[in-house]
Amino acid sequence: MSWQPLEQLVAQIDDGARVAIPPDYSGVAMAATFALLSRGVRDLHLVAVPQAGLQADLLIGAGCVKIMEAAGVSLGEIGLAPRFREWAQQGRLQMMDATCPAIQSGLQAAEKGIPFMPIRGILGSDLVALRDQWQVIDNPYGEDDPILLVPAIRPDVALFHAPLADSRGNVWVGVRRELMLMAHASATTLVTVEENYDGDLLADPVYAAGTIPHFYITGTSLAPGGMRPLGFFGDGSVTDSEHLIRYEKLARSEEGFFQYLEEQKIQLAGVNQ
Amino acid sequence: MSASPSASGNLDYSTEEFLAVTLAERVLDAGHLVVGANSPIPASAALLIQSQSGGSAEVTILGSREFMQFTDGGKELFDFAAQGRMDAFFVGGGQIDGQANINLVGIGDYPGSKLRLPGSFGSAYLYHLVPNVVLFRKEHSRRVLVPKVDFVSAPGTSPANQYRVGGPRWLVTELVVMEFNAEKARFRLHSIHPGHTLEEVYDRTGFEFDTTEQPPITPIPSADQLTRLRGDVCRALAPVYPDFCQKAFGV
Repeated sequence: MSWQPLEQLVAQIDDGARVAIPPDYSGVAMAATFALLSRGVRDLHLVAVPQAGLQADLLIGAGCVKIMEAAGVSLGEIGLAPRFREWAQQGRLQMMDATCPAIQSGLQAAEKGIPFMPIRGILGSDLVALRDQWQVIDNPYGEDDPILLVPAIRPDVALFHAPLADSRGNVWVGVRRELMLMAHASATTLVTVEENYDGDLLADPVYAAGTIPHFYITGTSLAPGGMRPLGFFGDGSVTDSEHLIRYEKLARSEEGFFQYLEEQKIQLAGVNQ
Repeated sequence: MSASPSASGNLDYSTEEFLAVTLAERVLDAGHLVVGANSPIPASAALLIQSQSGGSAEVTILGSREFMQFTDGGKELFDFAAQGRMDAFFVGGGQIDGQANINLVGIGDYPGSKLRLPGSFGSAYLYHLVPNVVLFRKEHSRRVLVPKVDFVSAPGTSPANQYRVGGPRWLVTELVVMEFNAEKARFRLHSIHPGHTLEEVYDRTGFEFDTTEQPPITPIPSADQLTRLRGDVCRALAPVYPDFCQKAFGV
């Protein structure tokens, strides 16, 4: 496997794909998201692992998302995610409201190749009634002990931004092992990468422990700064807060949202403004 | 009927410091405290406990790099809680009702036709599994403290046969501390913050609660607590919440 241009990478995300995305503090593939917006991708089913922010809000506002599966969608300290909020309020999004560990458990079931995962808590939440695939059974190893089952979540694509990859397609994610879970659970994994690692990440035991082996990786694209304007790997100091504050203000209205896209020089395919 | 608070006119602590101390008093014995993202006042409370413990109390702040010592991805924290390793957790709520049900999903018919909120995050799970859950919502109003939540992200109580080792114990707002009684599924007024009255609490609370005629006044921060907040806590928290630290601790 070798490095691909960004456009080629995102061309592998089909309309209607079920796409797993990480939270804003992990490694969000923003450059790839801008490329997806320009391409005019449609009907995505986003699976936030387990929450989403700017990336989901942009895709929702541009009409690229049909189904939003998440434990939460917000811009964090900046405030509510304005496009998500409006689309959800108006019933224009199919919501699959979840709670963080239910999404992680669903992915773990996929990772293990099993159909479901039992999970504690959650009973009595209105989420259980909403999510008709979630089932309550009696613990077969206990007595009168109801427990929730959530079905496996097997995304078509995992999409994220990582600090390092080598030319074989091994991707280093270090301690951000939710990215590893996403890759294990998804049919394909597309990664934008901050920096090329000159060598074999699996040959160095220190790197190998935090490396996703190349056989899970479908494509990598070198995109330095590909997480901007978001932070990266828990490092909030990278975040461009002014950018996010401006986005939150503009995106409160549809007109403002399109003004933002224009400012970012993003031409939406197939949208008449 | 009114409590007669005896707050001094010139309080030499900030509202944030007062609330951090009031939250910390709810979790004094916790060995491992967990704070959600974007929660600087609960984070201050947790770090105050850490400082008071001489560093033995562990603090996890979700979304931070500095206070995230887990190494097995986002799921590890939840596994950790289910094993009973997490002692205290702070959570907010768009709405909180008198049975301690919380709503983080939205106001109006689902999915939040009047106001869609971010979502339940980990609350639906942690609310069952963490022994001491402290509800913190600064705003004390009938808009927030409602008779019945529009959506139950997580229930205050569960039937006896459901596995439940944790749940809400306390509610702290800008006005009061309330203690939750799971057997009665009701809050009891524990104390009123200095400068406020019982009438005001009735006026601004949308649910029924138990109280004595003269509920105690919430203690103000001690000199030692303020020193720790402005020293240890501020130093530790500044990388995570620089703007907050400047505003809250004035340093």
